[in-house]
Amino acid sequence: MPWSASSLRLHVESALAGRVASPFRLREAAVSAVVPTGLGALDELTGGLPRGCLTEIYGPPCCGRSSILQSALASRTKAAEACALVDAQDSFDPIGARNSGVELSRLLWVRCQGIDPALRSLDLLLHGGGFGFVALDLGDIPVRLVRQVQLNVWFRMRRAVEDTSTVFVVVTQESNAKSCASLALRVEREATKWSLPIQKNGKKAAHTPGCLLDGSTNSAEMVRTFLRHKKPLFIDRPKITGAASTAHFQLSSYKSAKEEKLPETEFFPAAEAMSEWR
Amino acid sequence: MAFCAIFVPDFRLQAVIRSEPALRNLPLALLDGPQPTFRVMAVSPAAQRLGVAFGLTKAAATEFKGVQIRLRSREQEAAAHAALADAAWSISPRVEKTAIDLVTMEVTGLETLFGSYEEIGSQLQSRCWEVGLQVHAAFSENIETARILASAHAGPTVVPVGQEARFLKPLSVDLLGPSEEHAEVLRSWGIANCGALAALPVLSLSECMGQEGVRLHAIASGKGHRALIPAEPEHVFEELLELDEAVEELEPLSFLLGRLLDQLCARVAARALSVRTIFLKFELQPAFEEAFDTAKETVRSKRHAGTFPCSLSLPRPTQDAKLLLKLLRLRLQDKPPNAPIQKIRMRAVSDRPRPVQGGLFLPATPDPDKLELTLARIASVVGENNAGSAEVLDLHRPDAFRMRKFSAGTADSRKPSTAMGEKLQPESPQTRSGFRYFRPPLPAYVALEEGRPVRVSCRGNTGKVVHASGPWRLSGDWWEENTWQEDAWEVELSFVQESACASGVYCIVFDALQKKWFLRGSFD
Repeated sequence: MPWSASSLRLHVESALAGRVASPFRLREAAVSAVVPTGLGALDELTGGLPRGCLTEIYGPPCCGRSSILQSALASRTKAAEACALVDAQDSFDPIGARNSGVELSRLLWVRCQGIDPALRSLDLLLHGGGFGFVALDLGDIPVRLVRQVQLNVWFRMRRAVEDTSTVFVVVTQESNAKSCASLALRVEREATKWSLPIQKNGKKAAHTPGCLLDGSTNSAEMVRTFLRHKKPLFIDRPKITGAASTAHFQLSSYKSAKEEKLPETEFFPAAEAMSEWR
Repeated sequence: MAFCAIFVPDFRLQAVIRSEPALRNLPLALLDGPQPTFRVMAVSPAAQRLGVAFGLTKAAATEFKGVQIRLRSREQEAAAHAALADAAWSISPRVEKTAIDLVTMEVTGLETLFGSYEEIGSQLQSRCWEVGLQVHAAFSENIETARILASAHAGPTVVPVGQEARFLKPLSVDLLGPSEEHAEVLRSWGIANCGALAALPVLSLSECMGQEGVRLHAIASGKGHRALIPAEPEHVFEELLELDEAVEELEPLSFLLGRLLDQLCARVAARALSVRTIFLKFELQPAFEEAFDTAKETVRSKRHAGTFPCSLSLPRPTQDAKLLLKLLRLRLQDKPPNAPIQKIRMRAVSDRPRPVQGGLFLPATPDPDKLELTLARIASVVGENNAGSAEVLDLHRPDAFRMRKFSAGTADSRKPSTAMGEKLQPESPQTRSGFRYFRPPLPAYVALEEGRPVRVSCRGNTGKVVHASGPWRLSGDWWEENTWQEDAWEVELSFVQESACASGVYCIVFDALQKKWFLRGSFD
């Protein structure tokens, strides 16, 4: 006698009883906690960088990937989290990072010379655990070499940070992690801003000693997201218009940027309540 | 006032067995004396049953099959004595180092902490066993009675107040420690045990043997009171291991290091301390070329073996021997000794353990012990100076920084996190552009027009300069040998060839001393 669907279902459920709860019920993934990148437009678009997930930031050289990474590092180190940066090509700028607000004492910087030691170091770091933010910078590694990284490596890394509070960010030139990435951002530089004095004939002088690099306008497109987050609504800011999956942000040159005191560490209301109790 | 004496029977044998636990159940004979004429000076009961006797020569002792023969090591004996004292200090702060194989301590008032004297004795024996020693323990109201009973019985022996003479009565007078002369006198009188000595009249004994006779009589009567002389506790722990055959490979070496670390950590833990720093010193076997003088074709009589130092400093003190072993292994993998190892000397500097109280509102940080191990493993992959925190130096030279050891920080240094209530920061109007360094800088060819760069070639790519800002002239260290002087330009390059990098903003520098152009990095 053929099995009916209901009896078959009952049989499977009884066979898996005690091991799998409700095998036929779709389990919704837990909502990931997110942390801000420090770039408001990007945070409004993505909701922030997810914890326990792999986030991929990619784009061509000079597109602003390092700026996003630096900003996120500043945000996390200011929140007193232990951060780690695995730098595959030893390209990190500690002085610029410090000027951007990164607390270098809370950042473990692993300087590698190639992709293999970088991946091995990253594996040790992720499995060691305890870091709030771990970044793998493959931004200067040739694309053909990064493509050779097997997909199972990305799966292994994603698996290592799953169910942890670690924000894991990979910076590359092309998207490689594919479906392992819970959030993928493609970054582009739209324009570079220069301070160009006007010459007598009305044209801007390109090559003058007074020409200064002001910064750049960049865009980040959210290529992939598996996150279910509620888009934050800010009372004091207008609603974002334009393309829903792209954020535009400004970066200033280190020479033109004024000294700005970064906001203090975010305040946790419960801590305030605790202090009141005392 | 109550005292406890802890005695180590066959101390010299146990000092050797402590370093080689496999010898514990084997017949063992110890040799001592001037080098050519070694004599047996200590024999285990198993070896005695096989016929090995005191005073045998080395050649005669080796005739007995199955008997393990070792040389006496005074350094190992000192380490065993220190371990014995550490075990005693774990119970009482007032410990006297009475002899190399005996320590005495005051145990008055410890019943509330450890229970009855029998329980204290059992705990002492188990703690001594943890540091590799089998001991006898005895408790008495006077030090001398406790000492003699500890030498005589395995115990723990507890002597009730006023019963000292009864416990001492059957014991041999040799346990009182008389001099040879007085022992001979007592033997000639037929005095064999303490009971017989205590029965002698004190005045007559004083006339025959002097004050020493009176002292021996008092001890045998259970009235040998004297004050305890407490020793100062030490905070440096040392263990050593001498090897019959030199060890060359890491695997057997780590086995030996593990044994030493177990002993050290047991001693440190017994004192409620933790290991802060470990200093290792290997005495190396001289190379054959060094040992053999080719010019004279004779073996050098005095060979100076080289030493190989190695140290390990921990940011947080620990008692975990396995963790220390892993860290030492990683350290030795990176920098192995250049010759086989003959002797291992390990010294641990202790510190107070620092219990870490986690906070509900503090962000998670790596476990300090685990982090130390992870950092050591990463350092073995990327190099010791390539993993850590960057520290910016107060110099005008671009990219002036140095690496220092990364530490996750203490709980006090961490501020409340926003882990449960993340707030998005408002957009900063002055988000700085990131910069990526090319280390080392890439040599570049730069075409100039009217002193300004117009084309930049590097690694086969040629870019046309769209905008340029500079030169930013920098120099420094002119008062030193490594002086530097450069003109830096920020250039926006547009590449003629079609590639992924169609344009970008870079930093090029002209080294005025080398008269060369370099590509320093890119704004990203």
